[in-house]
Amino acid sequence: MNVFELEQVSYVPNDHHVLDEIIMTVPAGDYLTITGPSGSGKSTLLRLLASLLTPTSGQLNFMGQPQSSYDKPTYRKRVSYCFQQPTLFGETVQDNLAFPFTIRGLPFDQLAASAALDKVDLTDRTLTQPIVELSGGEKQRVALIRNLMFPPEVLLLDEVTAGLDKETKTIVHRLIDDYHRQQLTILSVTHDDSELASATNMIEIRDGRLEGQHD
Amino acid sequence: MTNLIVSPLALSFAVTLVVIALIINWHERIGLEKDIIVGVIRAVIQLTVVGYVLTYVIKLDRGWLTGGMVAIILLNAAYNAGKRANKMPHAFIISGLALLVATGLTLCLLLVVGTIKFTPSQVVPITGMIASNAMIAIGLAYRSLAASFHDQRQAILERLALGATMKQAASKLVRQAIRMGMAPTIDSAKTVGLVSLPGMMSGLIFAGINPTKAIMYQIMVTFMLLAATSIGSVIACYLMYPQYFNQDLQLNHEF
Repeated sequence: MNVFELEQVSYVPNDHHVLDEIIMTVPAGDYLTITGPSGSGKSTLLRLLASLLTPTSGQLNFMGQPQSSYDKPTYRKRVSYCFQQPTLFGETVQDNLAFPFTIRGLPFDQLAASAALDKVDLTDRTLTQPIVELSGGEKQRVALIRNLMFPPEVLLLDEVTAGLDKETKTIVHRLIDDYHRQQLTILSVTHDDSELASATNMIEIRDGRLEGQHD
Repeated sequence: MTNLIVSPLALSFAVTLVVIALIINWHERIGLEKDIIVGVIRAVIQLTVVGYVLTYVIKLDRGWLTGGMVAIILLNAAYNAGKRANKMPHAFIISGLALLVATGLTLCLLLVVGTIKFTPSQVVPITGMIASNAMIAIGLAYRSLAASFHDQRQAILERLALGATMKQAASKLVRQAIRMGMAPTIDSAKTVGLVSLPGMMSGLIFAGINPTKAIMYQIMVTFMLLAATSIGSVIACYLMYPQYFNQDLQLNHEF
């Protein structure tokens, strides 16, 4: 079963060619690494897959159905997008981890939040910590588990390890690998050498086109 | 009542006060000289015209004419509030609807309980008071909404990416905008009598009405403005914030 099927998907806002006729499929449970120079359209591709942008032409299918046929909030709970430099909400870490519960109309589960924090080497005391006191690495880890409080079917990672120290990168990789082992489909945009070296399935995007793809 | 008459000569002397404002502006290089002059000329022309129109409308005392005046006030207020919305789509219609409901409800309540009568001398000034305060509240709320959508674009995107609905993604900003819109009315309600002696109350006291009666009216006006600004801000904000999103529940790029 393919999670995504892209048939000549383009994103050309105001005659500006950001992505051109991308054709690709992503099978369920895949861990796809996406690389390419800055400004080549990698993040745009992820945002199209996350439905944060809409293709200007082409067909984008999710689980065999056109992406446009899905209710957007429901779709985005299934296909979760993590930003490169995330913004945390409210005052404390708890405000952030409570948000996924709030939007599902559920009460906040502190035990689940503590367990999630533990997975990224943060203690449950972090819950009450003001977000302004967090380091960049801690913010990224909180943002990541915010996306994973209710595990999605697809995780889209937009250079989430960029600018992190080696120790934090290891923690983030461990978390992502752990979820991938549980059959979570992962698409990760990266420039990180170690991530590129360990990638088993990789595509490259240059000038808005999938490298190796011809007219 | 003779002490209330302002002669054209006395009025022309008052122009000195405008000149003082202009000198300060010029000296401090604030750059509002043109706005002050335009504002003064517009105020003189608009108030003179309105003065004659009101005299005619009050003298004629016709329901349809009173309704017409109310409609003109609301249309002008909607146009001016809409201008504060940074060229957002449907700003005029949304502002008009918010003003219509806010003013209409407040006015109807005052008429039903008999606080005011459906005569032009009462309905027109009260409508002007309600609509102008609601217009300012709506304008401030629009500004706050625009600033928040600009400054917090990334946070809104992240909420959407987590699966939030439009309302869940923007509710905090909308609440903030409503607060911003209502703040001047609430502040003024808190300080009324301590800092300001509002126009209506002052006018009644000037005209020789017993201050305790004038205060009763002012209390009514304070309540009326609280209701109108809250109704206006809430309706305008809840109708305006969806304009920042497209049909695919994404943030519009142009705002």
